[in-house]
Amino acid sequence: MEQLVATFKVKKGLAQMLKGGVIMDVVTADHAKIAEDAGAVAVMALERVPADIRADGGVARMSDPELIIQIMDAVSIPVMAKCRIGHFVEAQILESLGVDYIDESEVLTPADEAHHIYKHNFKVPFVCGCRNLGEALRRIGEGAAMIRTKGEAGTGDIVEAVRHARSVLGEIRRLQNMAEEELMSFAKEIGAPFELVKETRELGRLPVVNFAAGGIATPADAALMMQLGVDGVFVGSGIFKSGEPAKRADAIVKATTHYQDPKILAEISRNLGEPMVGRQVTDIPESDLISTRGW
Amino acid sequence: MNIGVLALQGDFIEHVGVLQTIGVMPRLVRLPGDLSGLDGLIIPGGESTTIGKLAEAFGLIHPLREFSKTHAIWGTCAGAIFLSKDVHRDQPLLHLMDITVERNAFGRQVDSFEIDLPVPFFEDGQDHPYHAIFIRAPIIKSVAGEAKTLLTLPDGRIVAAQQGKLLATSFHPELTPDPRFHQYFSALARS
Repeated sequence: MEQLVATFKVKKGLAQMLKGGVIMDVVTADHAKIAEDAGAVAVMALERVPADIRADGGVARMSDPELIIQIMDAVSIPVMAKCRIGHFVEAQILESLGVDYIDESEVLTPADEAHHIYKHNFKVPFVCGCRNLGEALRRIGEGAAMIRTKGEAGTGDIVEAVRHARSVLGEIRRLQNMAEEELMSFAKEIGAPFELVKETRELGRLPVVNFAAGGIATPADAALMMQLGVDGVFVGSGIFKSGEPAKRADAIVKATTHYQDPKILAEISRNLGEPMVGRQVTDIPESDLISTRGW
Repeated sequence: MNIGVLALQGDFIEHVGVLQTIGVMPRLVRLPGDLSGLDGLIIPGGESTTIGKLAEAFGLIHPLREFSKTHAIWGTCAGAIFLSKDVHRDQPLLHLMDITVERNAFGRQVDSFEIDLPVPFFEDGQDHPYHAIFIRAPIIKSVAGEAKTLLTLPDGRIVAAQQGKLLATSFHPELTPDPRFHQYFSALARS
């Protein structure tokens, strides 16, 4: 009776346990406690939320391990942390800390402009961002055990999250209607591994769990993404940049469960205080967009 | 046979998938009214703190306790935690099974594992071990009163227990296509 660890099934399995849940960005152990008490399924430990990274400019890197350890000690739910795209040494460090998931994230400044990390070599599972099906399947090919659509982080504007979810889910619907002989040229067209294109077609969904991220600021935003067909949501700046984080966190958790029930959504959306201020994506110069990072 | 799956959070769709392979068309349960007419309920894997909090917020704790008096309930991983009477920390529990549970007992995610376990109470359980998947899994620390140990790891740690029509497994039968645990539970719900 041999125990097998770090199999793809086990990596993917943790993401399956997070489904129907909310993963919240936290920058202190106190935030992490608030998130856990509000019903978050996991927290993302980082030094600055995306809205602040955007405002501060400069190079954004992996967080101080001390902060990540404090957050891991503060909560019983899984803790995720971000490394830069292609920065496999940051990933090695995060793995050695014992984080439960690594987000190879476009929110940080990329370390490699051509390559992502070869994630199969790690014991710890990875989540990666995508804007379309090709990008999602390239990341899974490299070993990502969970996918999130990117949205545009730190804006509080849901429009890009919707665009990316519609793109991924729409392409899957298109794929399901294709004849078999069309699959290879489709794989070539979207730059995705052929075997994963076939598997996605058979499953009618991505082979791993798919959350939405980037711009979710209200319970209605979370429910919108769930109704579009994602498995759960990441909320970054939307909670701790709002007027009353604990209340808003609690409401977004409830909305992600009861996403199909407008009466409950109306009830939990009442008196939540000020949402994060937000910034319209169309007002952001192209060079400042985060979601275009990733190859 | 009407089986429900608690759909507050977690991998409830995976349970639905396995149940469909054994001819059961399950119903998703999110509010107390959804329990009526069910013969049994599965509480899926997920985060036990989230499931407990949502159950409390939407008034499910009392109806679930009432339901358990006459019906079968099976908790997998987070669901097993939620069924227990004590987890040595402050979180909402159903306190239905006379078991204490230690959360994340094997460590963090890098320690999650798969293993083949012989299951003596399955007809073919010795020759065809059950492939069990443990993800940030709890273990059952103690079993008392009416609760009985069903299954242990080779080192003796308890990973499944039963108390009448209540069943707790610290692993995830919903993540494997092998339907034997779902068949076992549906027989329990029928009895």
